[in-house]
Amino acid sequence: MKQEHEIDFNSRRGFIKTAAVVTVAAAACGSLNCSCSSQKAPAGDKVRLLSPEGEIVEIDSAYLNHQENMAVLSQHDQRVGIPGKKFVMVVDLARCKNARKCVSACQKHHYRPEDTEWLTVKLMKDSENSAPYWFPKQCFHCDNPPCVKVCPVDATFKRQDGLVLIDNERCIGCKFCMAACPYSTRVFNWAEPEMPFEIKSLTYNAETGVPAKVGTVEKCDFCPDRSREGLLPPCVEACPNGVFYFGDENEDTVTNGDETLSFTQLIKDRAAYRFLEELGTKPRVYYLPPKDRQFPVERGYENLPDKLKARFKDIIDQEKKKS
Amino acid sequence: MELNTYQQEAFDYQRSNIEKFGKKNLIWSIFFLLWIMVGGYALYLQISKGHVVTGMRDNVVWGLFIVNFIFFIGLSYAGAIIAGLLHLFKVSWGKPIIRLAQMMTLISVIVGPIFILLCVGRFDRLHHLFIYPRIQSPMTWDVLAIMTYFVGSILFLYMALIKDFAVYRDAKMNIPGWKQKLYKILAIGYRGAASQKRHLIISQNLLALIMIPLSIIVSSILSWIFGMTLRPGWHSTIFGPYFVLGALYSGCGVLIVAMWVYRKMYKLENYFTDKHFTNLGYCLMVLSAGYGYFTFSEYFTDWFGSAKWDSEVINKLFNPAQYGWWTLFANFFGIIIPILIVALPKTRKPNWIALASFFMVIALWVKRYLIIVPTLETPALPMQDTRIAYVKYSATWPEWALTFAGIATFLLFFTLMSKFVTVVPLSDLEDTNHHHAHHHEPVAIKTEEIQTA
Repeated sequence: MKQEHEIDFNSRRGFIKTAAVVTVAAAACGSLNCSCSSQKAPAGDKVRLLSPEGEIVEIDSAYLNHQENMAVLSQHDQRVGIPGKKFVMVVDLARCKNARKCVSACQKHHYRPEDTEWLTVKLMKDSENSAPYWFPKQCFHCDNPPCVKVCPVDATFKRQDGLVLIDNERCIGCKFCMAACPYSTRVFNWAEPEMPFEIKSLTYNAETGVPAKVGTVEKCDFCPDRSREGLLPPCVEACPNGVFYFGDENEDTVTNGDETLSFTQLIKDRAAYRFLEELGTKPRVYYLPPKDRQFPVERGYENLPDKLKARFKDIIDQEKKKS
Repeated sequence: MELNTYQQEAFDYQRSNIEKFGKKNLIWSIFFLLWIMVGGYALYLQISKGHVVTGMRDNVVWGLFIVNFIFFIGLSYAGAIIAGLLHLFKVSWGKPIIRLAQMMTLISVIVGPIFILLCVGRFDRLHHLFIYPRIQSPMTWDVLAIMTYFVGSILFLYMALIKDFAVYRDAKMNIPGWKQKLYKILAIGYRGAASQKRHLIISQNLLALIMIPLSIIVSSILSWIFGMTLRPGWHSTIFGPYFVLGALYSGCGVLIVAMWVYRKMYKLENYFTDKHFTNLGYCLMVLSAGYGYFTFSEYFTDWFGSAKWDSEVINKLFNPAQYGWWTLFANFFGIIIPILIVALPKTRKPNWIALASFFMVIALWVKRYLIIVPTLETPALPMQDTRIAYVKYSATWPEWALTFAGIATFLLFFTLMSKFVTVVPLSDLEDTNHHHAHHHEPVAIKTEEIQTA
């Protein structure tokens, strides 16, 4: 990924890290009669920033008005998306061994309990004789999203950067989107979600899905809050085997943190496919077929705790019978 | 209001139903109220603890509430179509039962939507449907359709009631002052003048003309909530007409049962005659055949095509270990029994037809369950979940309590309404009297017989 516009503020922490960039840049390209900034003496060193319009601008560091934990990306910005981006993911099925680091990283990042999985790893077995393989699944952020089509209040929406997000302050909890999604991606808050108080009291941000609210729908959001900082989503970072390649279709690059590849070349060379293409939903997630696998499939369930292992019981039994 | 012989007769026969509440009715009403209170407690639990108290979970996101919603809304659409057709085609034998059909229309369009509200996770945000509406969503179409339909069915019932209200107003009944006043207001000064009569009949004709296509449209829109998704068992082009027919069919059954109950309760044998049961029975038989045909087409194409995802649902429906017995019940009592009962002269009797209708109505409720739940239990991806509730839907007691509260509300409304208006409309008898006097002669004779006996 290009990281031209990334600026490192060391003091920044917390999960809502929508940077100071926006306000600063707005001040920079904005009007001259901004009294507060004109009273300061220029420091001399220039900083390059990305303006909301997508231009790179230069500004004197004295005018930087650094805001920590600036929670408020405006509702409008949350709905429009990151300008110029078109997020895409490629999942290499040949590398997955159900290490489940992605799952826990996701849960940690979004403050979700253990049994709420926005990202799940399924054990797939396409037909009687075919070999089972591990199949991690996030939200596909479809370009023709059946969930967005059916939402009666525009609580779930498609952004310019390709993401499908949810405004859980608008969601009425009718669950129509859950019935409409063919990929079982969406999760409902059946009871009051538990989370630390300081998280609960935050202003809701559709880009993080935090804090969760009872009676509303939530799902994988591809972590655009991380992208705004030039970081990769936690699932991508956490994967020990580099299964997930995340990137920007406009830039034609995807990276799993270790290697950065051309998106078109990768899906061409590795014969990528999209899950249930025939439904016409146009997912933004591509899968590389599990050919020349790095791990035997058993590695994924051998050391699992019983509770998790029970999920795959049917297929495990079938495989044992065969051998 | 001047009353002719038949009107006077019908009114005298029924006026005590309005004047006195009656012990039996009181006991039933209290019973219904108790059920509603149990439902109220369940609702309190659902609101305070969240939808976790229901059996719905992430795979089966809709359960009993949606089943009830489809069921009651279906009854409503049926009522309007039946009443509309009887009115427009001036079916003389149909006059006494139009009111019943219209009452069913209004009451079930009140009870039905309550269930969709119960299914919504955020009660407090319902106004979002109006301040952030998205016209692309079938849910928005349904909100618009049901609201339009609600207004239509109130007007449809009211227009047919104006003449009767005028009768009640002028009758000097032994009723409390507020009731007398209410009749006076509701009669909006109707005196039976020629111009009033003309305006009223034109309005009624127009409303009947509007309500029939409206019922078909809103019933189809209801089906599209399911048909527009990509799920097996739902994503079907025949879902619109299938729902229209299913609604009409179950509504016809409820109408027969309601007729039977009122006939027993208020001794209305002279008005809800055996002929009504036979004629509605014939309607039932034709509708049953049509509904059976649709059901067969639906199952047969899915089974024969045997696409993976479709087959999974079909297998669940026909596997005795899953929904096999319920499917058998729904189709045996929902299709075969009603046809047989009406077809055989021996059983073509009010009691038999009412009994068959009663079981048919239950079977059609089960059928709605079989439309909703097995499909939701069959996602495209393997569930691979160890939480049983997430894999298999099983309704909890709050859901059942609210379901019975809904049925109790439905019955309570029927009881209360029969204490406010006459179940057999008076004005319609007046109209038939002019043109088809001979049709009513047997009725008059029977009444005399009863009085002399």
